[in-house]
Amino acid sequence: MDGTGLAISLAKAGFVAFLLLNAVPLLVWLERRGAAFIQDRIGPNRTSIAGFALAGLVQPLADVVKFMFKEDFVPPSANRTFYLLAPIITLIPALMTFAVVPFADVVRIGERLVQMQVADLNVGILYVFAIASLGVYGVVLAGWASNNKYSFLGSVRASAQMISYELSMGLSVLGLVMVFGTLQLDDMVRAQGARLFGVLPLWGIVLQPLGFLLFVISVFAETNRLPFDLAESEAELVVGYHTEYSSMKFATFFMAEYIAMTTGAALIVSLFLGGWQVPFVSSETLNGWTADLLGPGAGSWLAALIQFGSFSAKLGFFLWLFIWVRWTLPRFRYDQLMRLGWKVMLPLALANLLVTAAVLLVIDGAAGR
Amino acid sequence: MSEYVPIVALLLIGVLLGVGLLGISALLGPNRPGGSKGAPYECGLIPLTDARNRFDVKFYLVAMLFILFDIEVVFLYPWAVLYRRLGVLGFVEMLVFLSILLVGFAYVWKKGALEWEA
Repeated sequence: MDGTGLAISLAKAGFVAFLLLNAVPLLVWLERRGAAFIQDRIGPNRTSIAGFALAGLVQPLADVVKFMFKEDFVPPSANRTFYLLAPIITLIPALMTFAVVPFADVVRIGERLVQMQVADLNVGILYVFAIASLGVYGVVLAGWASNNKYSFLGSVRASAQMISYELSMGLSVLGLVMVFGTLQLDDMVRAQGARLFGVLPLWGIVLQPLGFLLFVISVFAETNRLPFDLAESEAELVVGYHTEYSSMKFATFFMAEYIAMTTGAALIVSLFLGGWQVPFVSSETLNGWTADLLGPGAGSWLAALIQFGSFSAKLGFFLWLFIWVRWTLPRFRYDQLMRLGWKVMLPLALANLLVTAAVLLVIDGAAGR
Repeated sequence: MSEYVPIVALLLIGVLLGVGLLGISALLGPNRPGGSKGAPYECGLIPLTDARNRFDVKFYLVAMLFILFDIEVVFLYPWAVLYRRLGVLGFVEMLVFLSILLVGFAYVWKKGALEWEA
């Protein structure tokens, strides 16, 4: 990799980190205002800078400042090293997983074609599962190191839940891997630009409706969002594994949760909803239009911007779905959660795999491949 | 391997951010320990026992089952990528593999390892 290439890929990494970190206050705002909207309240609207409340958008900013000036408290009975390490270990995988998600088609910079994705790894989805599942260590360490019964119970529950749903998460994507014959997310998004009978966009959700459903449910469980927030079920466990955490350490857990949520939604969009594909307009057509308008160089930028807009709109919808579900559905009981994971999701995912394999065999056989 | 460079960059950003965030509140926040503030939070009750108690063996069981089944899933991945090039042979071989897996799953189910109501 030469100097310019290195600079470009570092810039992309910085851009993604910037994007994810800025998504956090926005999501906190959306969550609080969304909750207020659903419960017929107004929500935070008083905090203001020089009279501008921006519909409550200043509130997350004020919260961060408050977190910074809170006492940095470590319980004397806690295991100090692991206690401090836990929020960092939760944050890092959440931030790293987004690296393989493509957010636009290639952009032309001079002679160079730049992929709008931090890293186009050939292991693609496997990287996502490998890194995302490291997040469970943060939860386990937080619960163990706190030396608090609520934290401990919360973390044990959370880890059992996360590993249970990782199975169905891994299995639900397999059908899609079989259809596309690749693990790379960019190739998958590109393949989803095709049309079924020339009309319907051939998105993952059309090819694998059951896989989509299982994957979305697994993402909810993996990110510990309601109805799967057994780890924090506040009515019985105070707040679960981060009961003993305060100040910025608590905020770090919070950030990790929202970043993981964004990454989860981005994965759903990339795998099942065509990623950056603009519905009914193929990337070639779009690039043709913008190239006529601005020339090939600047045209590819405009096309990428439009595709990024399409990606963000789909992403926004799923983030809203996360919030919507949180304030609509009640929490599962633990035995129900485990039954759903092992006795419903796992067999269904296996059945989906077998049916997909059989159907592909018939289709490919008919096509004479 | 050069495609992993930006991932290392993201890792560094994560580490710096995590350490920085924790550092900021250690620097700016007050530090006044003492009294019962240090006791583990138990909704106002005085803790009688250590938190690191024994817990239900079922959690171990779930972790063990997870490792078994997750390895099966890992085996399925390379097969899935190449599936459309393997043809009928690939399908039959995976049917054999999955039926062995399903026998194990049925055994675990029948044994009650997936029950939580006890």
